[in-house]
Parts: sequence; C-alpha cells; structure tokens
Amino acid sequence: MGRIVLDKVTKSFGDVQVIPPLDLTIEDGEFTVFVGPSGCGKSTLLRLIAGLEDVSTGQIRIDRQDATMVPPAKRGLAMVFQSYALYPHMSVRKNIAFPLRMAKLDQAEIDRRVTGAAEVLNLTDYLDRRPGQLSGGQRQRVAIGRAIVREPAAFLFDEPLSNLDAALRVGMRLEISELHERLKTTMIYVTHDQVEAMTMADKIVVLRAGNIEQVGSPLELYREPRNLFVAGFIGSPRMNFIEGPEAAKLGAKTIGIRPEHITVSDSEGPWSGVVSVSEHLGSDTYFHVHDTGLAETITVRADGEVGFRHGDRIHLTPRMDVMQRFDAEGLRIA
Amino acid sequence: MATQHSRSAARLMMAPAVVLLLGWMLVPLIMTLYFSFRKYLPLRGGDLGWVGFDNYVRFITSSAFWPAVQATLMIVGGVLLITVVLGVVLALLLDQPMWGQGIVRILVIAPFFVMPTVSALVWKNMFMDPVNGLFAHLWKAFGAEPVAWLSEASLPSIIMIVSWQWLPFATLILLTAIQSLDSEQLEAAEMDGAPALKRFWFIILPHLSRAITVVVLIQTIFLLSIFAEIFVTTQGSFGTRTLTYLIFQRVLESQNIGLGSAGGVYAIILANIVALFLMRIVGKNLDA
Repeated sequence: MGRIVLDKVTKSFGDVQVIPPLDLTIEDGEFTVFVGPSGCGKSTLLRLIAGLEDVSTGQIRIDRQDATMVPPAKRGLAMVFQSYALYPHMSVRKNIAFPLRMAKLDQAEIDRRVTGAAEVLNLTDYLDRRPGQLSGGQRQRVAIGRAIVREPAAFLFDEPLSNLDAALRVGMRLEISELHERLKTTMIYVTHDQVEAMTMADKIVVLRAGNIEQVGSPLELYREPRNLFVAGFIGSPRMNFIEGPEAAKLGAKTIGIRPEHITVSDSEGPWSGVVSVSEHLGSDTYFHVHDTGLAETITVRADGEVGFRHGDRIHLTPRMDVMQRFDAEGLRIA
Repeated sequence: MATQHSRSAARLMMAPAVVLLLGWMLVPLIMTLYFSFRKYLPLRGGDLGWVGFDNYVRFITSSAFWPAVQATLMIVGGVLLITVVLGVVLALLLDQPMWGQGIVRILVIAPFFVMPTVSALVWKNMFMDPVNGLFAHLWKAFGAEPVAWLSEASLPSIIMIVSWQWLPFATLILLTAIQSLDSEQLEAAEMDGAPALKRFWFIILPHLSRAITVVVLIQTIFLLSIFAEIFVTTQGSFGTRTLTYLIFQRVLESQNIGLGSAGGVYAIILANIVALFLMRIVGKNLDA
C-alpha cells in the first residue's frame, strides 16, 4: 500500500523558502510525475518524501501514518537516483541484495528475491559483474532491481533517465511503465522532460518555484491548462501565445494555440506569414513562421508531405474550438 | 618514418637524464656491494682486502640483528596501524562542515612540516621528560607515578612520535578520498536501511581502500628508514635499534664500513620482502 499525503509541507534552506506550503495527495498505485523546469523544487520535494531532507513545517503521511519524523529507511520507500548510486565495489548481485542484507533477511529469501528481480529486469547474466562493467541502461536496471527487491510501498525516481542516450531513454521509459503495470505500486517520478511526463504518468504535478501550478492527468493538462505556464510547459512543440488585438477580439489578454491545431495552406486562411525555418522530421514538418503580425514566431505542425520552404508566404487557419484564452493574470478563461 | 625518427630523437634526448639517474642509483649500490665484501676499517688500517662473505655472516649472526629487524617491523607496523586508523577517523571528522574549517585543516596538517629531528626533540623534552615533561605533570596531577617514556616504554614512544608526524599525511590523502565519494551512494545506502556504522563499513571503507593502499605503500618506504627520531631520543638503546640504526652504528661508531655495507644489503632485502608482502596484501586494491 502506498498512499502518500503531503499536508501543508514547507521547506526552507536558511532564509530561503524553496517549498511554500504545499498540499498533495498521491493515491495508492498511482504513477505520479513531478515535472517542472530546473530549480523548481521537484527534486527537493521528492527528497522530502524520501526523508533525505527534513520538512521545515507540515506533515507527510504514508498510509495514514505520520511519517514526518520517520528516518528514510523506515518509510518503506525505495529510491532510484539520477547517478544510479550503485555501490562500485560490489557485484550486481550484492548491490541488489544490499537492502535485504541490511534488513537481515535469511540467505535463502535473499537469493530468491534477487533471482526474481534479475529475471524481471533481464539481469541474470550480469549478476556477477561489477557496476563498472555495465552499460548505462544495465546500471539503470540494477538500480531499479535494488529498489524492487525491497517490495516498497512506493518507488521514488529522481530523473532516472537523464544520463541515458535518446534511444535508450525511450526503451527504459517503456520498461518502467511496464514495471508499473505489473507491480501496481505507487511510483513518484521526477523529470524536467515533459515528454516523459506525458507518456508515463497517471497524474502529472507541474511545479514552478516550489508551487504546484496544476495537478491532473496528461490529457487534462494538455486540453485544459490552468494557466500560461502549464500551457507553455506541456506539449511539444510549445503552444503559440498571441497577445494584442487578435486576443482582444476573443475577449482575452493572451490566446494560445498549439502548433498541431493550425492548418497551413498556400492560398487561404485568416493569418499569413513567411516561413523562416522548416524542420522535416519525415512524419511531421514543423514550420516556424515569421511576419504574421501576431507574435515573434508562430510554430505550426503539418503533415510530413507538406513541402513549403524558407521564404514561402503561407496562410494559417487555427482551430477555434481548441483555442485557449488567458486573462491578464495568465489564468485560463474556461 | 617520421615517428621512427622522432622516437629515436626522443631516446637520444632522454638519454642524459636516464644515464644520470641510473648512475645516481648504481654507483652507491655497487659501492655498497663492493665494500660489503671487503674488510675496511678506516681508523684501524684502512682497506684490508677481500674477505668473501665474512661481513654478511658476522652481521646476521650478531646478537643485534634479529632484534633490529623486529624493532624495524614493529615501528613500521605500529605507525601504519595508528596513522591509518586515526587518519580515517580524522578525515571523517574533518569532512563534516564546521566553523573554522580552513584553520582546523591547516592545524591538522602542520605536524608534517616539522622536521623529524625537531619534532623528536620537542617530544623528548617537552612531553616525555620524566621530570619536566607535560606527560609527567599530567600523571602527577592524577596522583600517578610519572612514566620515564623513552627508557621504560621506548618503542611505543618512538611509534607515538613517528605516528604524530605521519598522521597528517594519512589524514590528508584519506580526506580527499572521502570528499570524492558520491553523496548519492550514501543516501542510497541510507534508504536501503543501512545505519551510520554500516554505511561506514560497506560504503565509505571500501571507497577508501585505494587511498589506504597508497598511504600504506608510501609510508612504508619512508618508515623503513627512519633515523633522526631514534638518533635524538634513545640513540638506539632500550630495544629501539632498527636495522637502519644498526647499520649507522656499525659504520660510524664501530668504524667498520665492510660490516655496515653488508647490513645495507640486508636492509635492501628486507625492504623488498616487506614490499612484496604489501603488494600481495594491498596491491590488488590498485587494480581496476
């Protein structure tokens, strides 16, 4: 079981308050992703939950028990670190067995669990190697193995994929998602990569400067961002923001339209501009359009076959039904 | 071709340094070997010709030889034990954030800059003097009989003095090693349920093993040849005559260069045996 509740939790380092009072509930079995730009306090929040940092005020409850003062080892949580934090002088087997040895389990039980974890993670052939002899992805799996043998109430991941190359990252993303499907254990995952957040999460928590900007499922955040920050952070490429008379026409300070919600044409459309850069990805093409009179650049996503080039004048048609409107405070107008 | 040329040019240019260093090493070595086979008594007739292995037999059968080897090994072993254990403890303490860290670290390192002769004199006269020494006063303050350190506990006293000199070196190397430990490893161990003592045993100590190896190897080289500390304190009496000191006595006090040279050759052999054992025991830590 792993229901984690943060109740008015704050964290200050000296005079600097990095986490203002914050309330959050993570339901049992949920895959929750903390996402935000660097320095937004997401890692600090994770370390508060882990117990590696002490909360300044407020309460953390794990399964209804007050865990605020409980030391990390007693919280029943397992953490996977950004650097993997494997013990370099121990074999993979010993690394994975370490938490069990510390818990003084008998050797037969340790062997059983280590073998089980190694099978799940495809590490059976590597059990007698040292971490230094493994590739990045394998090390990552050892770190996850060390976490799952403890059968924790919840897993905490601190940017676990940021040291891997792009291809491996996609693979590990899938493996972690599959692991979650199989174990059904609460997972809290910290990342600055909104793609990871969108693809893996049941629930995304968007953070900025220690504040929760919005909590919701990936599609909720995509469809109904609460404010300009969330609208700009979730979705790739970024949402286009337009201010001025065009926004005023719709009764808003700012309007936002995602690149995928604009259609391009060479002849007709309410907006027009000049293509400055076109990025052909094969499946899609991104046009960066200048001189629209609306914003510095408008990014448009079109089909991969659309072949406008640098300097072409094109016309744009936004989908008015998914146009987001924001008021002067930056909040979305429903 | 170009690499061939530059390689031979490089060899040519390195040659003077290599020849000089080789000579630097070989000339004393060969002279020692040469004298060790001769009867050479500078004040009693000078060079009296070849004597074969007489000097070697005399040196090793002398009643002073095995006690000297034992004293040497006791001092090296004792100092290594004390400096490594206390070095790890001090390094752990110095790694903690504290007020005045910079000054404290300099103070800890300071003994290393004191010359051996000076530090031995300071210890002998200021601390260990049975009448006026600080230790004597301390003992008297508790109503105990002052210890005549250098005569009653001579070997431990020498070990204490030398340890004091070498502790900063060990601390410094071990401190830098501790600072290079990834803090996430300690946090991971903490989350894995390892209390502080087990974190030290399973994470910090294995991480330090390589630095400890370096400390042990380097210190052994210097400790096998300590001399000044013995010369200014006990003069080799009360069981503190090390092999180095014995050789000194043979050459300068007995004025027997042949015998001393034979002792020098034994010292080389002893150093190599110690080095061999050390490499066996700790050298594997340097791999990987």
